[in-house]
Amino acid sequence: MTASRTDRVLVWGCITLLSAVATMAALGPLLAPADPNAQHLFAALTGPSRVDWLGTDELGRDVLSRTIVGARTAVTGPAFVALGSMAIGSALGLTAGYMGGWLDTVVMRWTDVMLALPVLLVAIVAVGMLGGGYALAVGVLTAFYTPQAIRVVRAATLEQRALPYVEAARTLGLSKPRIMLRHIWPNTWPVLLANTVLDFALALVGLAGLSFLGLGVGPKTPDWGRMVGEGRSHLVGNPLAALVPGIMLVVTATSVNMLADWLYEHVAGRGRAR
Amino acid sequence: MTTWLTVVSRRLLVAAAVLWLVSLIVFGLLYIAPGDPALILLGDAPPNAETIAAVRRAYHLDQPLLTQYAIWFRNAAHLNFGTSVRTREPVLQAVGSRGAVSLFLMAYAAGIALGLGVALGILAALHVASPLDRAIVGLSVVGNSTPAFVSGLVLLYAFGILVPLFPVFGPGRGVLDGIWHLTLPAVALALTALALVIKLTRAAVITALDQDFVAFARARGLPWRHVIWAYALRNSLNAIVTAGGLAVLRLFSWLVIVEVAFALPGLGALLVDSVNFKDIPVVQALGMLTAVLVIGVNFIIDLLYELIDPRVRLTRVAA
Repeated sequence: MTASRTDRVLVWGCITLLSAVATMAALGPLLAPADPNAQHLFAALTGPSRVDWLGTDELGRDVLSRTIVGARTAVTGPAFVALGSMAIGSALGLTAGYMGGWLDTVVMRWTDVMLALPVLLVAIVAVGMLGGGYALAVGVLTAFYTPQAIRVVRAATLEQRALPYVEAARTLGLSKPRIMLRHIWPNTWPVLLANTVLDFALALVGLAGLSFLGLGVGPKTPDWGRMVGEGRSHLVGNPLAALVPGIMLVVTATSVNMLADWLYEHVAGRGRAR
Repeated sequence: MTTWLTVVSRRLLVAAAVLWLVSLIVFGLLYIAPGDPALILLGDAPPNAETIAAVRRAYHLDQPLLTQYAIWFRNAAHLNFGTSVRTREPVLQAVGSRGAVSLFLMAYAAGIALGLGVALGILAALHVASPLDRAIVGLSVVGNSTPAFVSGLVLLYAFGILVPLFPVFGPGRGVLDGIWHLTLPAVALALTALALVIKLTRAAVITALDQDFVAFARARGLPWRHVIWAYALRNSLNAIVTAGGLAVLRLFSWLVIVEVAFALPGLGALLVDSVNFKDIPVVQALGMLTAVLVIGVNFIIDLLYELIDPRVRLTRVAA
């Protein structure tokens, strides 16, 4: 009993924290105490002060304001990745699982190959070669996180396809797209939801990694991953410039991961695979 | 004996086929990158009609695409990837001179991730639902959510600057100095795969301990230690090998970011520099190297499955 109670407290803690991050992402510039891009070169790399609560970075920009505003790019990209892979994964997973045949074989072999890749490494090369940029990074990550979603939906579809209600729907003469979309798909939601939340956590870390390397967000935009990348050479000057956005990343990703674990256990009724 | 040989040779054939497919993509990198290939290969050299014509000739860009690929493939098979656009040194030399740091870091991190991960996974499984188990699982969730560039910086700040136990820069010279210099990067890198190893090991050992044969072995009065080693762990080995494979795959990815975060002159940092500079010959060489390593790891793991599990042995068709 106590275990489930701690669980519930933890889950609510995660949700509260994520709401705070979401608020920062939505209202960023309104909440920031200073202009996140205003440079004060004479006040560069100062420690915490009354003006700049978390000090300034190497160009004298307020770290607190940049962290608040930086939530937006850190979080929206991964949301697109998670939702995008959910949509594509549903379409391909349902079709492959329900239709079977050569389509199923082709899709499954393709996911085999994709899942055997060191995802982030290939993403770094792909994004860098194609010229970098935020939209490109989001697109490439979506392509790499979709195979897992396809597998999840396909496995759930195979499970559902054998159940009597599908047989009944088929006997009624309903069309295949209708059976797949209206009857089977809703029954894959529990696992799909848990997988989508997990994808968000993975994409959060992956996209931040690309931005850290300078391949994601452009140079002017404040972004958590990019801030860590820029602040890493100034650990002696103002360590907070790199550590604060870094810790925000960890806290957010941990919350999302814990939420995904909880969803797997309580909504999807199974352990997570990754 | 012959069956063993056929299994291995069939696997090798599949591996070669995959490698060939990868080589097509890697060769294509030159044409995937936006811009004229000749201009990309010129790099910083002044682009005029003469130099462009020279590059076209040197890289056979004036030949049909298939001929280009054939020439490139033949050279690549002889480990000749041309010269770096960025540094003008032979690609093989650039890669070779940086390989040692990466290899050392990789082995060090894999040792930590696998050793510690398996140990903690077993420990958690033996004390399921205890505070110790919850602590290990909880910490592994945090570890799983921590990008290596953040854990790296935290380690660097804590043990390099606040309490200067470890050096902040460089890969060090020799083995002992190397271990000392690469400890923080290796720990940061290992953390990215540690949680995965803990999770899969723990789940496998819990499942194994739950089996009837374990209950029966205990009922026969076999010592607990023997039951764990010979029954529970022996039967979890398959899952642990799977975890090892996934962990190594993840380490490949994060090696790049850890080397950049710690400013180490390894292959990962070389890859990022080369990608940013569009130094295609170097990227191609590193791409093929990565492919060989990833395929090699999967190959070894497939063989390990056969060694470990008599049910799989010799009967599985190459996948």
